[in-house]
Amino acid sequence: MTAKTNYSRRQLSLLVILRVLIGWHFLYEGLSKLFNPDWSSVAFLLDSKGFLSAFFQSLASNPEVLKVVDFLNVWGLILIGLGLILGLFTRISIIAGIALLGMYYLSHPPLVGYTFSVPSEGSYLWVNKNLIELASLAVLLVFPSWNHVGIDRFIFKNNRV
Amino acid sequence: MSNTENNNPEGVSRRDILKGMATVPVLGAFAYAFYRKRKHSRQLKNRILENIDISPDKDTEPVKSITGKKIRLGLIGFGIRGPQIAKAAGFLHPESVENLKMSAAKNSADKRYNDFIEQEDLNVEVTAVCDIFSVYAEKARQTGANIERKGKGAGFSDMPVIYDDYRELLADNNVDAVIIATPDHWHAPMAIEAARAGKHIYCEKPMSWSVEETYALRKAVKESGVVFQLGHQGRQTEAYNKAREVIDNNVIGAVNLIEVTTNRNTPNGAWVYPIHPEANEKTIDWKKFIGQAPWHDFSLERFFRWRCWWDYSTGLSGDLLTHEYDAMNQILGFGIPDKAVSSGGIYHFKDGRTVPDVLHTVFEFDDYDLTMMYSATLANSKPRGKIIMGHDGYMEVGSSLTVYPDRNSRRYSKKMEEGIIDPTIPILSYVPGKKSIDAVTSATEQYFAGRGLLYTYRGGKRVDTTHLHIKEWIDSIRSGNTPSCNIDQGFEEAITAHMGTMAYREGRQVKWDRENEKII
Repeated sequence: MTAKTNYSRRQLSLLVILRVLIGWHFLYEGLSKLFNPDWSSVAFLLDSKGFLSAFFQSLASNPEVLKVVDFLNVWGLILIGLGLILGLFTRISIIAGIALLGMYYLSHPPLVGYTFSVPSEGSYLWVNKNLIELASLAVLLVFPSWNHVGIDRFIFKNNRV
Repeated sequence: MSNTENNNPEGVSRRDILKGMATVPVLGAFAYAFYRKRKHSRQLKNRILENIDISPDKDTEPVKSITGKKIRLGLIGFGIRGPQIAKAAGFLHPESVENLKMSAAKNSADKRYNDFIEQEDLNVEVTAVCDIFSVYAEKARQTGANIERKGKGAGFSDMPVIYDDYRELLADNNVDAVIIATPDHWHAPMAIEAARAGKHIYCEKPMSWSVEETYALRKAVKESGVVFQLGHQGRQTEAYNKAREVIDNNVIGAVNLIEVTTNRNTPNGAWVYPIHPEANEKTIDWKKFIGQAPWHDFSLERFFRWRCWWDYSTGLSGDLLTHEYDAMNQILGFGIPDKAVSSGGIYHFKDGRTVPDVLHTVFEFDDYDLTMMYSATLANSKPRGKIIMGHDGYMEVGSSLTVYPDRNSRRYSKKMEEGIIDPTIPILSYVPGKKSIDAVTSATEQYFAGRGLLYTYRGGKRVDTTHLHIKEWIDSIRSGNTPSCNIDQGFEEAITAHMGTMAYREGRQVKWDRENEKII
């Protein structure tokens, strides 16, 4: 079982550092939105391009749906961030993080010919930071560190290493 | 693992706790960094907004159904603008309702059907209609009868009466108030007679076609005491009220120059409207169309595209300059200018029209040390906006509002040196529906705000400004208050537009004699 994998000290440290860094990023993205009374995902959704753009734009067209989307996004980011940093329900946090990043990526795919109203700060072709962060989370999922370092040690005692 | 405790799944050792909680201190560091960041941006905002006091957006007032007796409307003129105003008053032809419905079914982002259905009921009814083109008259009647805002299969109950002559409509005791949406040369004659008949008036802009009738209309409205509203729905634009506060707060310093523009590049924008297939000498009462205009033989072009001829129209001045002027008069309250010069010509639309398609008019306001430049083209659509320029900054006004500091401002020089204010980033931004007028501290926020993408769907539903303008008129009729674009504002608008037109047509500087209220 991968859940009981043993790592060298260096391997484990770097896995935990990567997990905490991604968690920090999620937590800040969530909190900065929570504390901005005017924040809404509407502009981001309306700016969507690509084969799923109709779906993302439809989320923005209904104020009630939009409220739910905003709520799930903000609290999703915050809870995923806390989960990654603390190693708390880490597995489900990572999976949720991958899903969220997947949606960000698919709503704004950096494909040839697409330009978005907020230009990104770097240069991207097919691969952008969302995709790299997503892949990093996938790595963290198959190299579990939460049974070593994280509150999950107390919750899932059978997997403790 | 050598530690035996680890083999006991139930036990919790000191080592377990250390490993389990190892990352908790990260949260402490996060909290500290988050606090510092928020404190920094709050201080930055406070420093930028020092001595600037702009009110936050009022919460949208709960929409109340107007009670009391129904106000009975007569619609005069039902071409292009007439149906739009009727819609704003709550009446739309069943076919148009059906079209909106279908368009909403195809595209869920199209909210026009829903917006119309949810538009407040103003407790008014249409009892009479008048249009000299019989097809439009019948359309007006069916529109007025569609009280349930239904599409296909709408049942008509009480049909409004069709009058061939507006005088008969004005004599009808079942009409309390009229909406005038005819060609320009009919606005004042109809409004004067309506006032004399004691009917309240909503009149499309410009208020008058000739200078003389402007005085006569003001006199008639003041003597009769009817409630008069001129159709500048821009009066209801929240960003203009905020712009006024920005001026009152002296945020951009002394204003010496204003630039307002018209930028259109379509046949429709240049008044080349489609000609109705059923229009002919039998369906149109041509004599009634001519009215006070010089006689011309029957012409479908002239009937549908009347804005292209001075005979019936006031050109760019009356049609589009008036909107820009009224917005600025609302923000700055400068009234009638002292001088006007104009230049331009018919450069693009060589279709026999007599009104120019490129026009520049410069107005001077002596007491305000201020010039307003109006620049219009019907042959290019580059948006040039409305810009109010002051010594300390400039303001771009539209449906949103953005204030930029000037790099040579005296007021902000210290803050620019300290790096608190950056002349390339706006100091204030207001977008309708946003909860506050704010200092802009994030580039992303500015990027979205400038494109009007933010907040569009927040703060509930979007409301048509024409609806608000009609509602204000109806409310005023009930309460006896004066609406925002009343006869005095209308007088200022009409005289200003006439000054611009005269300066163009006579090729000279035109002046306003304030003492005697005469254009010289």
